[in-house]
Amino acid sequence: MIVFTVRRLLQAIPILLGAALIVYWLMAIPPDPVLKEFAGHNPPIPPATILANRQRMHLLDGFWYGFGRWVVHFVQGDFGPTLSGAENIRKDLVQHLGVTTHLVVPALFLAVTLAVITGVMSAIKQYSFRDYTFTFFGFLFLAMPAFWIAQLLKDTAVNFNLATGTHFFQTLGDRSIPQPAGFGPQMVDYLGHIVLPTISLSLITYAALSRFQRASMLEVINSDYVRLARAKGITPRRLLTRHMLRTALIPMTTATALTVAAFFGGTVITETIFNWQGLGTYTVGAIILGDRYIVLAVLMLTGFFVILGNLIADILYAVLDPRIRYE
Amino acid sequence: MSNPIIAQTTTPAGVPPQRAPQRVEREFTVKERRQWQLILRRFYRHRLAMGSLVVLLLVILIAYFGAQLWHYDPTVPTPQFRTPPSLQHPLGTDDVGHDYLARVLRGAQQSLKIAAVVALLSSAIGCPYGAISGLIGGKVDALMMRFCDMLLVLPLLVVAGALSYGKGGSITVVMLVLGLLGWPVNARQVRSVVLGLREMEFVEAARAMGAGPVRIVLRHLLPNATGTIVVQATLDVAAAILGEAALSFLGLGVQAPDTSLGNLINSARNSIDTLPWLFYLPGVVIIIIALTINFIGDGLRDAFDPRQTRLRR
Repeated sequence: MIVFTVRRLLQAIPILLGAALIVYWLMAIPPDPVLKEFAGHNPPIPPATILANRQRMHLLDGFWYGFGRWVVHFVQGDFGPTLSGAENIRKDLVQHLGVTTHLVVPALFLAVTLAVITGVMSAIKQYSFRDYTFTFFGFLFLAMPAFWIAQLLKDTAVNFNLATGTHFFQTLGDRSIPQPAGFGPQMVDYLGHIVLPTISLSLITYAALSRFQRASMLEVINSDYVRLARAKGITPRRLLTRHMLRTALIPMTTATALTVAAFFGGTVITETIFNWQGLGTYTVGAIILGDRYIVLAVLMLTGFFVILGNLIADILYAVLDPRIRYE
Repeated sequence: MSNPIIAQTTTPAGVPPQRAPQRVEREFTVKERRQWQLILRRFYRHRLAMGSLVVLLLVILIAYFGAQLWHYDPTVPTPQFRTPPSLQHPLGTDDVGHDYLARVLRGAQQSLKIAAVVALLSSAIGCPYGAISGLIGGKVDALMMRFCDMLLVLPLLVVAGALSYGKGGSITVVMLVLGLLGWPVNARQVRSVVLGLREMEFVEAARAMGAGPVRIVLRHLLPNATGTIVVQATLDVAAAILGEAALSFLGLGVQAPDTSLGNLINSARNSIDTLPWLFYLPGVVIIIIALTINFIGDGLRDAFDPRQTRLRR
């Protein structure tokens, strides 16, 4: 198992390097971001300042030299400078990652819990009204554009606030500035900010996961060992919790591990609509400005999450299902 | 007894027995059905999928022929702007004065076009790639799959952002980005099917008869993976419609004067408080298209692989 893990992590290195090379190349296509930023100023920016800034951003290096320099520095913990003047983006990156984590953790929790409950419920009574209802909503959420549903939630919440004259639902940012005094009001403030983004982020994931849970539960229900257990005269509750759920949750854990990884790259729309200063909005801003080192650092981070998620999924699968072994 | 078989056996000796009748009418004559006929039959019986297919065809017809019949041009502004729905403009007009029905029809056309091209592109690259990778196996397979992993790690946003830089996104860029980043999913799917097929006797037989790898892939492996390919392609269509919308929403997709459903939603964001239908209507069209395509994909999956059927029998 350890050998397997190490080998997989080693395999990840060329993948990440290749992806970084492609992104580095893509970010080099647009015109020089420093020249663009300083163009059209009146009075004009002195050429020496422009040159100094281009040097600071390492924009004068050749392509391969620049890429190699970035790799070497990145490995040593120097993630590169930004156009706005910071020398190392690590601090910004960690801060934005923190905001995104605030969003991802509750959303994932909500999505997985709901998916397991409704997936199992619809599988137990296959083709019942309940099953069709859950299935319909699952398909509906899968077909909705993420930003559309987020905007719908936001508008509904604003109208709700207007109608009731309260201010529970907040639609901008992850906390009020300044923070209200006292623990109780702070909790209310936190909940008011997190409810809508969490729902909008979790709905689509919920839809995919609940279909998955339903399928794996159906497979278990129709298997021989469940029929045997039932024939033995076991109580339905015990059959469900001890025999069926245990097996049906194995594929779900791996699906969840894969979802976590996708989440960190996929929060951009929710963050944009609810004005959270997380990784997604950070990346979009950097792409628009041509701030290449930010984009590269985020790529490394999300890429690492994807590969780690895949690895954890495989390992969990082997741990939970004794039939699967890795050499 | 008028049974033709018995009648035939009782012909007198010396008379050469007549040739057996071309078709013997028996009580339980089962008509031979080809594989695709069986699949189509199963699909026709999937009520939800058939209903979705009808709705989707209606949407396509309305988008393409309705736009021909509707007397407003999506690119020419009318004197009225920001009007609510009326008889003259069933969906109102936007802030420039375009008739919004004409805009939505045009947007649906473009979105459907993008989705179709993306699905074709993903399948055209992904399927042969996955089949070859699975067939060859070993080191080459591992290397080819690592390349797929690399593409799957690449963020859509960065690629779209870099390619659409300066000149703004266009339909071509969106198609290319979604197609070129989407095909590894198809490749993986086809590869996993081919890995199973590769060990089957008919592939070995083909190889023994001297068929080369190209012939094996084209004549033996891909036809057997049709189910997976078709189902994945329908899912690609739905994903491309949603992907286009997301890219355009972030300003990295289709830009004015070109239009698409995502672009319409994006440009309606500013007037969401005053003219909310401008924002929500294109979204409803997207949902209808994506929902019906997902249902069709589900029906196709059941038709191709009756073991996983969702239908009550």
